[in-house]
Amino acid sequence: MTKQTILNNAHRELGARMVDFGGWDMPVNYGSQIDEHHEVRNAVGMFDVSHMTVVDVSGQQAKPFLQYLLANDVAKLERQGKALYSCMLNEDAGIIDDLIVYFLDDENYRLVVNASTRDKDLAWIEQQAESFEVSIDERANLAMIAVQGPKARQKVCPILPERLGMSAAEIKPFSACWFGEWFVGRTGYTGEDGFEIMLPEDKALGFWRQLLEVGVKPCGLGARDTLRLEAGMNLYGQDMDETKNPLESGLAWTISWSPAERDFIGKAALETIKQQTNNDKFVGLLLEDKGVLRGHQQVVLEDGSVGEITSGGYSPTMERSIALARVPATIGEQCKIDIRGKLKNASVVKPCFVRQGAVQIKL
Amino acid sequence: MSNTPDDRKYAESHEWAFLDNDGTIRVGITDHAQQALGDLVFVELPEVGQSVGKGDECSVVESVKAASDIYSPVSGEIIAVNDSLEDSPEAVNEAPYDDGWLFVIQPVDASELDELMDADAYQQSIDEE
Repeated sequence: MTKQTILNNAHRELGARMVDFGGWDMPVNYGSQIDEHHEVRNAVGMFDVSHMTVVDVSGQQAKPFLQYLLANDVAKLERQGKALYSCMLNEDAGIIDDLIVYFLDDENYRLVVNASTRDKDLAWIEQQAESFEVSIDERANLAMIAVQGPKARQKVCPILPERLGMSAAEIKPFSACWFGEWFVGRTGYTGEDGFEIMLPEDKALGFWRQLLEVGVKPCGLGARDTLRLEAGMNLYGQDMDETKNPLESGLAWTISWSPAERDFIGKAALETIKQQTNNDKFVGLLLEDKGVLRGHQQVVLEDGSVGEITSGGYSPTMERSIALARVPATIGEQCKIDIRGKLKNASVVKPCFVRQGAVQIKL
Repeated sequence: MSNTPDDRKYAESHEWAFLDNDGTIRVGITDHAQQALGDLVFVELPEVGQSVGKGDECSVVESVKAASDIYSPVSGEIIAVNDSLEDSPEAVNEAPYDDGWLFVIQPVDASELDELMDADAYQQSIDEE
């Protein structure tokens, strides 16, 4: 039995094409996925992301616990509401999940983890929490709506509960504010400005309808995937998993090595891996020939060694095919991709293709 | 709702086959198929002159979501392909039964068409999905 978010009927009424996404019955698109993609890049769109898992960590030792649990360091979060992206590693430095942690106060943090990894994440977090004075509370009763695009703030702020709307208009990128059970983070997964809004389930349908009324276009998980790919953001389960470490997943920047005295799960393994010289690299690819790059296609380097595309697809903004790939470090500026037995030309680029509506690489 | 014109035959794998007055067979994908695939972004067509058997993979359509093989509904020789799809694959979404056709076959035996479904049978098969 697939799980449904509180907005399931609303999606069906809008004519969404529904798919099973990690055990959840979710909208993949409401019409043209490409139109939805452009709407977010050029104006504003919204996504039901209520399937994502919200976990509150509280208690006297909340901070030292998270400093041990996560590869990035929550001590960087000094201002109330500030957010941090981090990996949660196992002892071998394999990535259990990637997540966002919000700093509420010294004894309260909020994590947002992936839906598909919910069970193992909660089990891991609870196991690690046994030796700390913390409590772990999953907030399954919260819905979550992401409103993304250059016009997101101007559409959202006026229709939030009054005091929250004023605070939301003030917050900086990668920060959050809240009022009662409503929580607004200026975060997202599209490479555009916008908000991720957590709210009580019984308020979600009304808020969704208000957003529709002010002209925010509903967008499905299909557009969410092409937007995040253009933004060069990794997708858990495709671009990384427990068999991959952050250094070979383009996520070295999320590991906090200082202060040196901080221990975190996976640190010892990472230190060993860091000393090795043959670690794979994580790169972006731009297809020069016609075709579409897809996950699991083989990347053939000039020296004959091979790598693999982890996520690929069509970029509506660039009207070209792009991909993220894990490849041997010997890769140069060009490579070949095996598409159904034919070798196609691709150039190797930084894995950030589009940000804030602008193409970041040379076409 | 998808549209299924009754002037042509349909394969289980969601291709349509239209018998032209000159005895050639034009092939494309159904409205139901294009809706399920989503926005098309690339079409890999067969070569003109290529021989194909009934049920052979002879073309690939790629949407924003995935690549999908196209199977020849009859045996014969490819005598024309819709080159305009190279620059505008979205024609398959916009007009799957007209401008979005894929290729034309000179059939070895046009009676192979009889093995395909008519519009009613095809509509019924997709309603049951």
